[in-house]
Amino acid sequence: MPDKSTGSTVASPQKKYPLPKIVKPKALAGTVYRGNVGMWSWVLHRITGVAIFFFLLVHILDSTLLRVSPEAYNAVIGTYKNPIMGLGEVVLVAAIGIHALNGLRVILVDFWAWGMKHQKLLQWIGLALWIILLIGFVPRHLINVFSE
Amino acid sequence: MTVTIDSPRASTTKHHKGINLEKWGWVFMRASGVLLVVLIFGHLFVNLMIGHGVKALDFAFVGGKFSDPFWQVWDMLLLWFALIHGANGMRTVINDYAHNRLVGVVLKSFILLATIVLLTLGTLVIYTFDPCPAGSPADLLPSFCAGV
Repeated sequence: MPDKSTGSTVASPQKKYPLPKIVKPKALAGTVYRGNVGMWSWVLHRITGVAIFFFLLVHILDSTLLRVSPEAYNAVIGTYKNPIMGLGEVVLVAAIGIHALNGLRVILVDFWAWGMKHQKLLQWIGLALWIILLIGFVPRHLINVFSE
Repeated sequence: MTVTIDSPRASTTKHHKGINLEKWGWVFMRASGVLLVVLIFGHLFVNLMIGHGVKALDFAFVGGKFSDPFWQVWDMLLLWFALIHGANGMRTVINDYAHNRLVGVVLKSFILLATIVLLTLGTLVIYTFDPCPAGSPADLLPSFCAGV
């Protein structure tokens, strides 16, 4: 972390080296992960991650019915097609979209100085891509779920 | 009681012996995350967007997909990377919130057990899947089963 993020320092015993210039942060908010949009992205990343994990457990278990019988598999995958589950799939894809786009943003911020510098811009790009993803997915999926 | 801490500006760095598992876990989350973006959105596009989407999902649909080694490899990678990525994420969450050591160990054991069981089951399903099980009604099976 850069020196300016440090709030206090101890007087250096070696006088010949100049002390680094310390700038006191104006507020606790405004660091990369704390207080601002970045913190809420982190919260959403956790919530969506845990939710997707539990869906994944169920989804692997329902796939094991492929080895039981076609009837058993069709009975369970058939429940994915009812309207309530159809809306659940919208929530699932929205959650996956948040987790994926925020994950990519975190990678850009972690690995490139450019990403760190423009992390707020990346938040808005992520939000825009998320909306585009849902515009592409939701109407088509709902038509499939609610048709016939 | 006085606590002595190392000078934060000490010029020496401590070299820990062995590999830093937490660091490699951190790297794995980012590397697998990028791969999972491709694997999951590919999976969602083929299963929920193309054709009649969720309404077309049944044993015959999966049988048709798994007759192509491409989708077997795709789903195998999806199974392993998604589950390990998710389990490691859950481990992080438990480490953050389970302040009681025993509770943390028990919860993480559940995650580890579920991961091992589901990786085994899922891998067996993909490897041993039979798209044309004997004695099943032909209308539930992929169309190519008629010629077998």
